[in-house]
Amino acid sequence: MEYFLIIISAVFVNNIILSQFLGICPFLGVSNKVSTSAGMGGAVLFVMTLAAIVTNLLYTFVLVPYDIVFMKTIVFILVIASLVQLVEIILKKVAPPLYQALGIFLPLITTNCAVLGVALLITQKDFSLLEAVIFAAANAAGFTLAIVLFAGLRERLELVDIPNGMKGVPVLLVTAGLLSLAFMGFAGIVK
Amino acid sequence: MTNLKNFTRGIIKENPVFVLLLGMCPVLGVTTTAINGIGMGLATMFVLTMSNFVISAVKRLIPAKVRIPCFIVVIASFVTLVDMVMAAYMPALHEQLGLFIPLIVVNCVILGRAEAFASKNGVFASILDGIGMGLGFTLALALLGSTREILGSGSLFDIKFVAENASTFLIFVMPPGAFIALAYLIAIFNKVRSNA
Repeated sequence: MEYFLIIISAVFVNNIILSQFLGICPFLGVSNKVSTSAGMGGAVLFVMTLAAIVTNLLYTFVLVPYDIVFMKTIVFILVIASLVQLVEIILKKVAPPLYQALGIFLPLITTNCAVLGVALLITQKDFSLLEAVIFAAANAAGFTLAIVLFAGLRERLELVDIPNGMKGVPVLLVTAGLLSLAFMGFAGIVK
Repeated sequence: MTNLKNFTRGIIKENPVFVLLLGMCPVLGVTTTAINGIGMGLATMFVLTMSNFVISAVKRLIPAKVRIPCFIVVIASFVTLVDMVMAAYMPALHEQLGLFIPLIVVNCVILGRAEAFASKNGVFASILDGIGMGLGFTLALALLGSTREILGSGSLFDIKFVAENASTFLIFVMPPGAFIALAYLIAIFNKVRSNA
């Protein structure tokens, strides 16, 4: 039940993009098409879960015992950056089709603040390793849900006649605002 | 002349928020009030200026292949510094900005300027570029923060100018309001820029 609450809360109520504002760059940048945004979602799911495991282990067994918790920002970003490189190399060798699908999105993930954000949130919330993995995967699922929905809306927007001043970014932001408004309807499901 | 150009470029012509659309997470996340926006803007400006300074000073020592990780280490060190200083001297603001302080590390404005400007230009020009871009970022955050605070809670810099229980556009202090307020600010900014 507790795990179920973590999942519902991360996917719908505190959606990482629409209510926490993490990962806005890929949300606006790679959401032209439903297929590319689904690919980005897959890559984020992969990296975010792995990063949560590694950073959580490092935090519990290295940073806390040696009393160097203040180093966590530097350590986490380096771990995430090298993890992304490593995943890229391994995928290329072991699973070429998956690499083909996720390849171009992987380097972009290093500067996706959602990954670092989730790793830092986990340390704030004092999660166990299993809870951390579930939390990370659920947040990635929330990311994917938001970006795929948004890409669907964007595909429709192309057919619409938009007033001159609102063309481009402004209309995208209004659309994101409306999507965020819709997600506010979930507030209150979990305390 | 070029110095002046380096300085003013970030404020209007290449404003990081309204024109380049970089570093959007803190822009949307912390601008519920004008104070928060300015605090976040100044913290980012400090990190941006210092990292531009250090990177332009040591650019010859960094091998091209590993430059990005090197930049990130420099940026992350200054972010840690800001985080600790703010926690010690401005605990209330630090509490409000929360997660977004460590996340300055992945703010693309900073890495973007390190890669596009500081790694190619001299120390003095890079510092000016950092201050200019930082000011542009701070102005944008202050503008968005003020707009949301005025519309959403009927106050500015915590000074209320509506009756205690008057109804305001509460939506503007909630997440959807951030997107919508920024959308209209960008539309206005584009209009002003195309006329100028």
